[in-house]
Amino acid sequence: MNEGQLRQQTWKIHFILLFSRQGKLRLQKWYTTLPDKEKKKIIREIVQIILSRNQKTSSFVDWKDLKLVYKRYASLYFCCAIEDQDNELLTLEVVHRYVELLDRYFGNVCELDIIFNFEKAYFILDEFIIGGEVQETSKKTAVKAIEESDMLQETVEEYMNKPAF
Amino acid sequence: MKECMVRLIYCEMLGYESSFGYIHAIKLAQQGNLLEKRVGYLAVSLFLHENHELLLLLVNTVVKDLQSTNLVEVCMALTVVSQIFPREMIPAVLPLIEDKLQHSKEIIRRKAVQALYKFYLIAPNQVQHIHDKFRKALCDRDAGVMAASLHIYLQMIKENSSGYKDLTGSFVTILKQVVGGKLSADFNYHSVPAPWLQIQLLRILGLLGKDDPRTSEVMYDVLDESLRRAEINHNITYAILFECVQTIYTIYPKSELLEKAAKCIGKFVLSPKINLKYLGLKALTYVIQQDPNLALQHQMTIIECLDHPDPIIKRETLELLYRITNGQNVIVIVQKMLDYLKESKDEYAIINLVGKIAELAEKYAPNNEWFIQTMNAVFSVGGDVVHSDIPNNFLRLLAEGFDDGEEDLQLRVYAVQSYLALLEEEDKLYPQKFLQVMSWVLGEYFSLVTDVDPEVILTKLHSLLKKTFVTSETKAWIMAAVTKIASHTSCSKTVDELIQELSSSLDTCLRQYAFELKHLCEDKALMKSLFPFDASCTDLVVDASLSFLDGFVAEGLGHGAAPYKPHHQRQEEKLSQEKALNFEPYGLSFASSVSSGVTGRQSPTGLSFGSDTSGNSAETGHKETNTLKLEGVRKLWGKEGYLPKKENKTGKGNEPQAVPCGSLLAGQVGEPPALQPDQGASLSEEDKEKQQLASTLFVGLGSSAGVSLMGKADTATQKFKRKSKINETQHLSEEASDLQNSAASDFGPLLDTVPINTEDSEGSMHVRLRKASPCSSDNVEDNLAFETPQSLRKSMLDDRLSSNRLSQSSLFADSNIEIFQPSPSAQCESASETPLVPSLPEELEELPHSEVVGLCQSDALALHLCKVWTDDSLLLIVFVSNKTTSALCAVNLVFEETEHFQILESTTSQFPVIEAQSVEHCQKGMRMNKVCTQAILSGSVGYQSEMETRLEFSVTLSLMDFIRPMEMTTEDFGKLWLSLSNDVKQNIKMSSCQDSFSAALDTLQRKLKLHRVDIIGNEGILACQLLPSVPCLLHCRTHSGMLALWFRSPCAALPDGLLYQCQKVMEES
Repeated sequence: MNEGQLRQQTWKIHFILLFSRQGKLRLQKWYTTLPDKEKKKIIREIVQIILSRNQKTSSFVDWKDLKLVYKRYASLYFCCAIEDQDNELLTLEVVHRYVELLDRYFGNVCELDIIFNFEKAYFILDEFIIGGEVQETSKKTAVKAIEESDMLQETVEEYMNKPAF
Repeated sequence: MKECMVRLIYCEMLGYESSFGYIHAIKLAQQGNLLEKRVGYLAVSLFLHENHELLLLLVNTVVKDLQSTNLVEVCMALTVVSQIFPREMIPAVLPLIEDKLQHSKEIIRRKAVQALYKFYLIAPNQVQHIHDKFRKALCDRDAGVMAASLHIYLQMIKENSSGYKDLTGSFVTILKQVVGGKLSADFNYHSVPAPWLQIQLLRILGLLGKDDPRTSEVMYDVLDESLRRAEINHNITYAILFECVQTIYTIYPKSELLEKAAKCIGKFVLSPKINLKYLGLKALTYVIQQDPNLALQHQMTIIECLDHPDPIIKRETLELLYRITNGQNVIVIVQKMLDYLKESKDEYAIINLVGKIAELAEKYAPNNEWFIQTMNAVFSVGGDVVHSDIPNNFLRLLAEGFDDGEEDLQLRVYAVQSYLALLEEEDKLYPQKFLQVMSWVLGEYFSLVTDVDPEVILTKLHSLLKKTFVTSETKAWIMAAVTKIASHTSCSKTVDELIQELSSSLDTCLRQYAFELKHLCEDKALMKSLFPFDASCTDLVVDASLSFLDGFVAEGLGHGAAPYKPHHQRQEEKLSQEKALNFEPYGLSFASSVSSGVTGRQSPTGLSFGSDTSGNSAETGHKETNTLKLEGVRKLWGKEGYLPKKENKTGKGNEPQAVPCGSLLAGQVGEPPALQPDQGASLSEEDKEKQQLASTLFVGLGSSAGVSLMGKADTATQKFKRKSKINETQHLSEEASDLQNSAASDFGPLLDTVPINTEDSEGSMHVRLRKASPCSSDNVEDNLAFETPQSLRKSMLDDRLSSNRLSQSSLFADSNIEIFQPSPSAQCESASETPLVPSLPEELEELPHSEVVGLCQSDALALHLCKVWTDDSLLLIVFVSNKTTSALCAVNLVFEETEHFQILESTTSQFPVIEAQSVEHCQKGMRMNKVCTQAILSGSVGYQSEMETRLEFSVTLSLMDFIRPMEMTTEDFGKLWLSLSNDVKQNIKMSSCQDSFSAALDTLQRKLKLHRVDIIGNEGILACQLLPSVPCLLHCRTHSGMLALWFRSPCAALPDGLLYQCQKVMEES
């Protein structure tokens, strides 16, 4: 609220993790630069924190000077680390929107879709969030952008698969 | 290769080393076909970080792809640029990206803006020249591009808000459009228009309007609008509301908005959903300094949250308490914080909280004992993670003391005593920092405690020195203390022993201390002058430049020694040797190391309550309007100083009618004193405890005037005071002005100016008038008198409506609306049952509306309904009145979905809490989906009292509720007529009183809300529409006493429905 606090205020997601109920990491995206070792430590720590929380508690956890916002969809946990000043509810909705996008793209998305097509999941994420901030909020445009490049991909693939002789 | 790369990404995710593949990712992005390129870029963005050396190799690829004619390639390049890009290579791609701002495809423009945003973040200077292009992006016709540019603006405004004030208008307009739903529907998220965009804009506005009355002025309207629009019960709307509230409290305050925002916060805090509750607490924390009264309103919730199982809620609550701490509640609050600390294991939480406790203790400590004890707790619980500022500040405080010498002395004596007591316990482990503090204090002030032999202290310190857990740093502190003590005692066995022991210590530092001590002991006079008593604050003059060594240095140089290089210079040289290519400019590493060393704790946030005039008046205004709802809370609190004023008002509001109907009134007066003892008796033990806690916690918050009364005053005296206050008001009742004066003089500090007060009293008069109407049978006369102006006001509405009402025509008969003047006895009865009959909010009262009718009621709650016919929908206003004397929680109103009607927004409404004796209302916009002449809309209301209770109700809605006149010209009518396909013809008999054709048309026009387009001879044309916009045209003709009606409409069922209504109308009239 005072001057200093306001200036520090940023609204950025620091990283996004997707992991299963068994604690297996399914997707990670970092918007801050950290050494690999640190990342691994953080992932271990966070997965443990979140898996040990019971269902009835809130979707927010204090973690160091950041806040974790997580939500469980079926067997997958989606977890974002945001700054203390950020809007937690909004982040929950960011997660939800991402799930919607995945759902729209894959059609009834499940964990396996993300395991087997995780590069696609990344493409969608990149279309949606850049540098930790939500960029494309229009569902249609985001999916269209992916599909467009997919289509190109297909045609190229077809082209490549044509027997050369 | 592509598959390999995907697998490599997967391996990396599983935590295996995959740096060998990084170069291949770059190669893939460079050389692969489209498909491979995409994976390559992805891998690069995942593997590499901002400063990775390999990133340089990517620049060429990016430049190539940016120039490509293939959109997908350009897209990919822009995406990767906006994720990672080497700073020093920005000039290489900048012109290309600038060009892309003019690209015909939105997606490219948007991505270009994103890339520029990235550049702005990493190198703001390099994109300075394109600021006007950002403006263009802001005005882009595609909303996506505009949204992307907002990121840049948010960032720029964050850094320099004054430079962009001129854009405030644009942002406000954009927000207005977004809120108004002008964006294309695919930006909607769960039917909320572009929430992310809204929030972005709200944040920008918050930054712009901060401390700037003029800029804030511009945005009040739109903020109000956003608050109003965000009605749907969904997370995203709550997110927007939260942001809105924050903005409102950030910008220059406006009392109305603050009030609304405060209500919003109430919604959050009282929500049963834990996520919302948390956010509510967060919002409260944010606003509490400006508006401490909000905390009073939510005291009970806050207390509950203190014991919440979820640690994050607990912590936020403590944060909240931290901000409302004052001299009176500091003891309780700090105790709560310490309790939390003891359970917490999270290092960050401990550091944070310990800092806060120390700060509070320093600022508000009520007495020395408490202060020292709290600080002891801080040091022992906080352990060694505490920020070094805390012990330092504490010691400085001890050393420098306050203004009062006597006080200082006591503090020090107490500190020494408490430490001695702590050291008494042999085997206890204390954190190092605590030991250091102890030893310093003992060394410095041991002599103040006269009844303890220095020898005892020395023994204790000595035994500490022998402990293994004590680090050498702490040992040094202890040695220093021993030395100081030794200097003031003649000769001590312990000291000799100590010197003996340590002279052979392996720790060189200790050995040195021991030798120093030994030599000093031999020369007592020198020792005395070296360690004067209580001289820790006197400044020592130190020759910092070490000039006395100059000669020595010159000599050294003369002998060919290398000149001295400062530490950082040496470090740099070392660094540059390590790295062949150093891209970092020199000097930077030093700068960063210095700054990281210097970063201190946040400066203590000022805890002064908003005392500027505007802030205060806002608070006051808010409190006043809410008085009636606050009863429950206030009762529990018994906050003197805050309370009498309200009581005053309640008395004022109700008193005039108290004379005619005293007994009836008892239930109506917000809080009759007679009820109080019962209330108190029925409260469970636990509740009492909570109340007590609350009263200690929130003491001193409401007003500065009441401060002295609070805290210790017991309930009995409070009750007495309240009663007397009411009596007083009753005596004064005739003279409102006197009353105001007394209020003003009694509570001067709260009420800034008399004008505000006057306004309030006007407001309360209004309330009284409204309340009076249903109050008793004696009041029917009054009631009528009261109705009259209302109906006068209604003369603004179509005369057909009012005539409808007067004639009690059948139009509304089936909608079970009791129209006007129910028999006095009935009203009397209903009055005794329902002391609270709601009235419409003012903005709706202007519109055509039905009477307020009861829907259902139980012992605790009554439901009333009023239909408001607006131009574009039917509004159902449901009033939920709480008839009990305590607040009702979690009242949930649900309409069942039917095929006929569509409820705009959501079918449910939640009232987190309805205060005792108060009325809340919600409004639902309705549309008719499937045409029918009338249908029943049913629903239920549930609430929590002792158990979950549910009341069913139903409302009958008629087709006519959804019919509105449609204005058009005769020509339009003709065109439309031909284009419509469904038609229905019918002859109906005209009754005798409607012999003339025009009279018949009048009836139709009046009762069916048709628009009369034209009358040509014995033919007439009328038009109406079914909401939202289904037209229905009517052509009618008379011949031989029959009225021939011919309807046409695009909707097949509509003419039938209207025909039925016409027949009914004609028969009745």
